[in-house]
Parts: sequence; C-alpha cells; structure tokens
Amino acid sequence: MPAKTILSRPVYGTLSPQTGKSHLFVADAEGASAILDLAKKAPDGFFARAHIMFIPDTSRSQFQAALKALKPAQFYEGPSIAAALPRLRQTLANAHMGLRIYLAGTEGLIGQAMQVALEAGIDHSSIQTEHRGSWARRVQCVHCKGITENVTTQPATCAHCGLLLLVRDHYSRRLAAFQGVCINAEDPSEIPQKEEIFR
Amino acid sequence: MSAGTTKLNVTVTDVVTVNELVKRFHFERTDGGDLPTFSGGAHVVVEMRDGDKSRLNPYSLMSSPHNTRDYTISVRRDDSGRGGSLFMHNRVKRGMEMVISYPVNLFSLDLRAKKHLLVAGGIGITPFMAQTAQLAGEGGNFELHYTCRTPALGTYADVLRDRYGKRVNVYYDDANERLPLERLLTSQPLGTHLYVCGPAGMIRWVRETAAAHGWPDETVHYEHFAAPQPGLPFDVTLALSKKQIHVGEEQSLLEAMEAAGIDPPYLCRGGVCGQCETNVVSYDGTFRHNDHWLTEAEHCSGKKIMPCVSRFEGKSLVLER
Amino acid sequence: MGINFRQETFRDDYTFRNSPEFVRRFPFPFHEDAYMYAVNIEPHVQGPKGTVFENLIDVDEHYVSEMRDRAIVLAEDPLRCQSLPHMTLAGWDLLELLMTEKANSYPDHFSLTREGDRWRWINRPLGIDDTFTFGDLSTLPYGPMEYITRQSQGDFCILDQRDGNLWMDAGMVTTQADWSLDFDIGMNFFEWHAPVPLAHEKGIFTRALKFLTNIQQGKPARRLNWTMTINPRLDTSPENYHKWGTDRATVTPENVGDKVHLRVELQSFWRLPRSNALVFPIRCYLIKMDELVTVSKWARRFHRVLRDLPIELAEYKGLTRYRPTVIEWLSKYDDGAPTSPGFAPD
Repeated sequence: MPAKTILSRPVYGTLSPQTGKSHLFVADAEGASAILDLAKKAPDGFFARAHIMFIPDTSRSQFQAALKALKPAQFYEGPSIAAALPRLRQTLANAHMGLRIYLAGTEGLIGQAMQVALEAGIDHSSIQTEHRGSWARRVQCVHCKGITENVTTQPATCAHCGLLLLVRDHYSRRLAAFQGVCINAEDPSEIPQKEEIFR
Repeated sequence: MSAGTTKLNVTVTDVVTVNELVKRFHFERTDGGDLPTFSGGAHVVVEMRDGDKSRLNPYSLMSSPHNTRDYTISVRRDDSGRGGSLFMHNRVKRGMEMVISYPVNLFSLDLRAKKHLLVAGGIGITPFMAQTAQLAGEGGNFELHYTCRTPALGTYADVLRDRYGKRVNVYYDDANERLPLERLLTSQPLGTHLYVCGPAGMIRWVRETAAAHGWPDETVHYEHFAAPQPGLPFDVTLALSKKQIHVGEEQSLLEAMEAAGIDPPYLCRGGVCGQCETNVVSYDGTFRHNDHWLTEAEHCSGKKIMPCVSRFEGKSLVLER
Repeated sequence: MGINFRQETFRDDYTFRNSPEFVRRFPFPFHEDAYMYAVNIEPHVQGPKGTVFENLIDVDEHYVSEMRDRAIVLAEDPLRCQSLPHMTLAGWDLLELLMTEKANSYPDHFSLTREGDRWRWINRPLGIDDTFTFGDLSTLPYGPMEYITRQSQGDFCILDQRDGNLWMDAGMVTTQADWSLDFDIGMNFFEWHAPVPLAHEKGIFTRALKFLTNIQQGKPARRLNWTMTINPRLDTSPENYHKWGTDRATVTPENVGDKVHLRVELQSFWRLPRSNALVFPIRCYLIKMDELVTVSKWARRFHRVLRDLPIELAEYKGLTRYRPTVIEWLSKYDDGAPTSPGFAPD
C-alpha cells in the first residue's frame, strides 16, 4: 500500500465483535484469518448467531476446516465473488436491524460486498472491514466506464477500450473501484513503462 | 461572516387550548406573504418581549411542511421554568405581532431510510407531526409510537390516529401501557432509521437500548433542546469586548451577553447547534453545563461553555467574547 | 431591457466570445497579485449593476448557446446527470429555486405562474411553455433536477446533509473542471475533494464544511474558484480528457490570445427548504487572454499570479504544459506598475 494517500482511499481496520442480534461475515482467501483472529476475542455463543460466506480462491485447504469449527449458524463456500453476490443480496433483503456486517480479505471483495450492503440501506461506517491478502485493484475507466478487475500495474490498460490508464488512489464506494484516467491524453506518443505495484 | 438566521415578522392568528398543559399557536406573516417552506423536524426560535426582559425559545414546527400560509407550534406549560412557556400561555393572544427566526432543521429525516421508526414521548410529538405529514405526502414508509401520561394529555393522539390509522400506536402511562421497545427494535427491516424526541430520560433509554440491540449510531436520530435553567446569579468578564456583565437568576448567559450588546451567533438556543460555543479564558469556580453539544471531556476541561443553556457558580469567569 | 443572446459554439469551430460590455462584468477572481487557497466565502447577496452579482442566479448572453452545448453532452453521455433515489425531493426544491429566481430577476425572459400545485413555466429564450403539477414526476419530461438544469447555466451539485457531513448525492455536471460526477456521486465532502493538493493540510476543508453545514435558508453564500482552459470548451470532463487533452500541447506564442482562457467558477451555496439539502450551483465564466488584457489591471495581476503559482497547484489545475508560454505572452502587458486592491477594473 502506498505510504502517502488521499482521503477518498478506503481505510481498513481490524475486525472486532460488535454488539448485535446476528452477524454476517463475508471473506475471501486470507480474509478467513481475520475471522479466526476475531473469534479469539468473541464472547461465548457469538458464532451461534453468525453466517459466514467464504470464497476460498486459491487457499482451499487452509481455512475451511477452521472456519467450520467456529460452528456458525450458516456456512457458505462459493467459487467466486460474483457467484456469492446474489446470495448476499438475498440475505440482506430478508435481514433485520441488529445484523452486523464484517468484511475481510482483498479490496475487491470488501468493495463489492460493501456496494451490495449500501444498496440494502446500510451506512458504510457501520460496517467492519479488515484487509488481508492481495492489493490488486478494481479500476473504473473514467472514459468508457468499463471496470477492469485485478489491476496490478501502474499504468494499466483498460480491458474494455484499451486506453492506457493512470490508476489513482481516488476511490468510489458506490462503484467499488479506483479511478483510471488516460495517462497520455496530452501527448499520446508518450508511453510510460508499466510497473507492477499493486500486489 | 456571522451565522444565524433571517427573522420573520409574524402575527398570531389563533391560540388554541389543546389540553390542560398544552396550547397551540398559529402564526402568519404580518405583511401577508407566504412563509418559507421547511422540512419535517425544523424549529423556529420565538422571541418573547416581556418589558425589558427578552426570552428566545426554540419550538418545533408542527404544521405540514407543504403549508406555507401559517406555521403552528405547540407549547407545554412549564410552571417551574424561567417563564418562557408561561409567557406564551398567559400573555400571547390572537392579533399580537411577534418575531420568529427562519426555520432551521437540526432533526432532519434521513431520506435514504427504507423505513422510518418514530418514537415520541409527551410534547416530543411536535416534530413528528410535521415529519409524518411530509412522509405521508411522499409515500414514505413510517410507523409512529407515542407514549403519554393519560388520554386527556395525549396531545394530538386522536388527530394522528385519524390521519394514519394503524401506523400510529399510542401508549398511556395511567393504563400501564408500555412501549414494547425491544420487540420494536428487533423486528425492523434492515435499512430502518430510528428517531426519538421526548424527555431526556426517554431519549437516553431509547438510544441505549438501540445500541444494545446492534443499531449503528448513524441510524439513530434524536433531538432534545435543553431549556436554560434558572440558577444563582453570576458575574462575567468579556475579554474581547472589555465588558463586565451580570447574569440574573432568571436569565441565561447568552441573554445577558445580548443585553450588553454582544451577539454571538445561534440557531437553537437549546444546547444543540453549537453556534454560540465560547472559549473560557480563565475561571475560579464551577461550571453548570446543560448542553448536548460539547463532549464530556470538553465539559471537564474548563475551556469551553455553551452560553445558551449553561451557567457558572464561583468567584470569577473570563470569556473570549 | 432584454439580453441579446449570442449564437456561438463551445466545440469544433469555437465561435464563443464575450462582447465588450461582458468583458467588464467578468468575475475576475484575484483581489491581489498572488493566489493561494483560502476559505474565501462571503454572503451571496446582490451586487452592483453591471456585475455578475446583479442577480443571485445570473443569466447572460451565452445562455442559449450554453444550453445547446449541454444538450449535446447529455445526448452523448447521460451519466453526466444523476440523482440517487433519495434526492428527488431536493430536485423539486432546486426547480422551485431556479424558476423563482429567474422569473423575479428576468421577467422579460421567464415567467412562473403558480395556482396551488399547478405551475406554468415559460422560458422564452428556449421556447418552452410547460404546465405541470409540482411534486408529480409524471407531469414533466425529465426528473425535476434535470428538467430545470437543462435550462440553467452552470453545473449543479446537490448535497444531502447527514451525520455532520455533506454527501454529493445528485448533480448535473457537463461543464466541469476535470472531475467526474459518475465517479464522485455518493461521496462525502472530504472524499470528493480528496485529490485537491495542499488544502487538506491547511485545514481548509474542515473549516469550509463547518461553515457550509450551517448555511441557513434565505442566506446563501458564494466563493470564486479558477482554472484555465485551452479553447473555449465547456466540457472539460475527465470522461473526454483523451479527446481534449492534446489541446494543451497546441499553445504557441502566436495563438495565446485567442486560444488560452481564464475559467472562473462562481460557486454559490443554498439551503433547500423541503429536503434540508444544500445545492451548489457552479457557474463557469470564460474569458480569452485577448479579452482579459483589455483591462490593464487584470493583465498585470494575472501575469503575476500565474508566474508565482506554487507548482503543485499548477500541476493540479493542469497548467504545467503551457504555463511558461502564457507567462511570457502576458509579460508584455505587465510594466511592473502597482495594482489597486480589489477585483474591479480601474
């Protein structure tokens, strides 16, 4: 993560058990370890009112057993963030006030799950987040509006319109994406070298 | 640039006795024009001129925000207060000309809410009169829960039931009916916002219970204007304007400053808006803080005071005014 | 007396220009020979005749052509006008504000007749005569914000006020200085200003927010902001940056006078009554360097401001590539004589 940043860049915290009637966790890959760390601080019976949605990604063997051992009331394992989102939407549509939400893992997972929660009428500041794992970015091309997933380089090529984009720290919760702006608009003959910086 | 609001010259067009404690006042513009539109939850500050004394109290607007012909407020008589409500009850008559502020809203609806859960106690019903009118006009989803002492003191309970039917629930203390707060708080759909207005103890109870049931702070809204309390007289030095002022028993510090020609900005005069916050230069004595604006730490620091509702007891007080 | 509306373009052949009396009413933004961020907010009250403050919502000779340019932008990219679902009421507030101000200030050009909720709106310059029901979406061809801002110069941001902050939850933004409504919609005051350099550290935004959240009904406020634009292009959006960015490399000592424009934003801030939201109309005024130097005080002062501007600000405003050429050109108009304080021409 870059040392110098701007105020629209999300700030992630450390998950901690919140007062509430029920608890919904959404995590991918290394994000599972944030749930396991929270479990050490959680009061007895906490997970009996919890629902864990987990997208293992490449970490398949590592975390499932440990998460299931927390004995959550509901446990779901999905193949991708996209596949899990309809279930998340449905869960929130039927939920009541008193539900607390915890998001852990990559910026893409946290951002997209938060986007669904905002649509369900939840204020972003009441959602707990913790970053674990990759810093790869979702980037919205400000020109064509297409979103490019898993961007690791600066600059990056828009997967939709092909423009070479400067990936800014400016971040939209509503889009769950960083902003990409054409880096050589003033002189298209300038082609800066790509560097791998978002890992 | 100074904050504060524009003033409106109004004429009292009606005074209605609602029950043994509450009177309703109707105001129209003295020049015959329309009043400004407002939003549900807004208040006006009413100026009461009583000989050489003047009191300025905030009251929630309870008419429909769509009605710009007249404004209405309801005032509960407080026999032990400094006399603002007594002045309204005993002295204000139809035809009298008065000055009120432009409407200010410090208790606004969060229009993102999927549902609005409104909880009122006693005269705390007034902002909800306007808010329910606004929400009903826009097809908003709301539910009102209202506690009062007796049916005779259930100000506007009948009006509200007539207007909104089952969306209004009234609980009478003398019938031992109790607001089922826990059940209410656990049965609301995600995205509900909670609003509470009433006595200080009730607001505290509702906020604490909501927090204990996992309601995030952003979803819980409340308004409680403190009334300035009478107290021991005290003397104050105003360092910037180089004036000595005396705050009388029935006077607030803000009123005493105004009487000396110092006009700190204000929007509510009830310890909520934060406009009149004043730095303390030095003091020897004890503060009597009554506001909801400063933090606990600021109250203890001895560095700030809200002159609209807070007082001082002791040897000396110097303020940066 | 009516306004003589110019027929002109803000793209392609760029026929925009100011007539001589409009040069003198240009809101020149520098009150001294240097510029730095400040919370330069003042009450938005009517000013002298012959200034852009004569009316609180200014309509000028570029009105008809600016509205035509807006329609072109929206046809190409409807995302320039967006309103989150909870902001419809604020849209009606804005419609009322703009119709009332325009009808009161320019009765020759606009009229509003209200009979209860039944309103008739006549906009003569644009040939509009519509009768509709206030509050009823089905009686207007667009949502209320879009309807009225297709008929009002300047960009409009509507901000919801919650939890002591302001949230950019609706807007009509087609003449912006390089920011994207589609990206920033839903952000709070600090977030949408996040890319601005230097000002956060100076606490500017914290103080500005405190002021803005306390703005009361009937007491609007205003401030001026500025940047520069190559060619009189209104749509300097990031969306189209790859199309207009190359213009910045076309400035030569020969074409500065016609091609380089000072771009001033008159931002005003109003509390809206029904929604308790705030609206920021951001009105853009353009002036060519050739027009600017007809006022010798402005020529001297702008030369000094541009020459001494901190590099971070020049970079943020996108001036880096052509600043030296413009400074060199302006220096011919700066004899080093002192300038009088204040904005106005001598």
